[in-house]
Amino acid sequence: MSFEVDVAKRLGDVEIAVAFSSDAGVTALFGPSGSGKTSILNMIAGLLTPDRGQIAVGGETLFGDGVDLPPEARHAGYVFQDVRLFPHLKARANLLYGAARGRSGVSLDEVIDLLGLAHLLDRWPRTLSGGEAQRVAIGRALLSNPRFLLMDEPLASLDQARADEIMTMIERVRDQLKLPILYVSHNRAEVDRLATTVVAIRR
Amino acid sequence: MTLTPDDWEVIRLSLKVAIVGVVLTLPIAFGLAYALARGRFPGRILLDAIVHLPLVLPPVVTGWILLILFGRNGPIGGWLDRMFGFTLMFRWTGAALAAAVMALPLMVRAMRLSIEAVDRRLEGAARSLGANRWRTFLTITLPLSLPGVWAGLVLGFARSLGEFGATISFVSNIPGQTRTLPIAIYTALQLPDGDATVVRLALVSVTLSLGALVVSEWLVRRQGGRAHVL
Repeated sequence: MSFEVDVAKRLGDVEIAVAFSSDAGVTALFGPSGSGKTSILNMIAGLLTPDRGQIAVGGETLFGDGVDLPPEARHAGYVFQDVRLFPHLKARANLLYGAARGRSGVSLDEVIDLLGLAHLLDRWPRTLSGGEAQRVAIGRALLSNPRFLLMDEPLASLDQARADEIMTMIERVRDQLKLPILYVSHNRAEVDRLATTVVAIRR
Repeated sequence: MTLTPDDWEVIRLSLKVAIVGVVLTLPIAFGLAYALARGRFPGRILLDAIVHLPLVLPPVVTGWILLILFGRNGPIGGWLDRMFGFTLMFRWTGAALAAAVMALPLMVRAMRLSIEAVDRRLEGAARSLGANRWRTFLTITLPLSLPGVWAGLVLGFARSLGEFGATISFVSNIPGQTRTLPIAIYTALQLPDGDATVVRLALVSVTLSLGALVVSEWLVRRQGGRAHVL
């Protein structure tokens, strides 16, 4: 089992309750916007505390039974929907920010090659296009020695050609690095292509 | 126009008082700004009010309170005297304390705005990338709030150079110890032949203040920040 999640959280008027478990590969959280998909990723990453429940990834309990690991101890490679590159660091320093956590299954050179980042390394985040910034953010997550990946609409700001390339890259990560991936999208085609398990979220 | 040796003594003393006062206040001001921007603790509103008190009180009253607390018979001043034989009274160190207290609210305000402007989602990203709270603070929060730190330093420095009321009521008007620029100008104004001194020292004040603003703009631009003083 890779993801075993059973959590509930009340945010204002909205009650988010979700339970699923999945094997290795890509687990897609599929549902309309506003259905709490990002909140679920934040709970798994440790950035949002569930009201109750259990979270385990790869057999390690991250939350529940008196355990509540801080985000830095969860070893998530989180690709945020809003990108969140550090504006005071150049692309290279952004890529390497999480590398202090130990060697990843991929090297900096591989990530640069995989994501086409070579010409972006010395640029400031504010000078990057949406797609370029998103690629740097994916690379940053991959280089943080993650045990699993959380990807929140990682293709939303990319054109179709680049989105296809990134999907190919995600398939390689899935098949070669064997990292479990939790993938949020509202795009049916992406989900059909990438997912091994689909979790449908209703509002 | 040439400056006399007495003028130079006043300038050296003023710079020493302002720089020491502001540099020692800097970490305290940042800590307070951080607590006020981020903290949720009982008494936060009271702390906020106390920090801002020197901004709204008549400076003479602030000086009088310092005298009560730090005078040789005061609770803090008496303790310093007994424990370390150290006194602030009628010394430049007392002038630096008065300058620091008066500069504190301005420094805290500038830094607090800057800390509040830091996008907390970036801190969440840093945590998820393996940085603990301390590393997140040092590598994300602190660098992103630096423009406010520079702005606070310059505002505090300029305020300290101009400090008059609290200083004169706390540590009086002692040449070479507590007679800073504004107090020297005030003293010269009382003398029948002091006009030339007033003009010289006033021009020095304008130059120093302008210089501080220019340095602050340069620092902010170099940072690529948006927290302009001008």
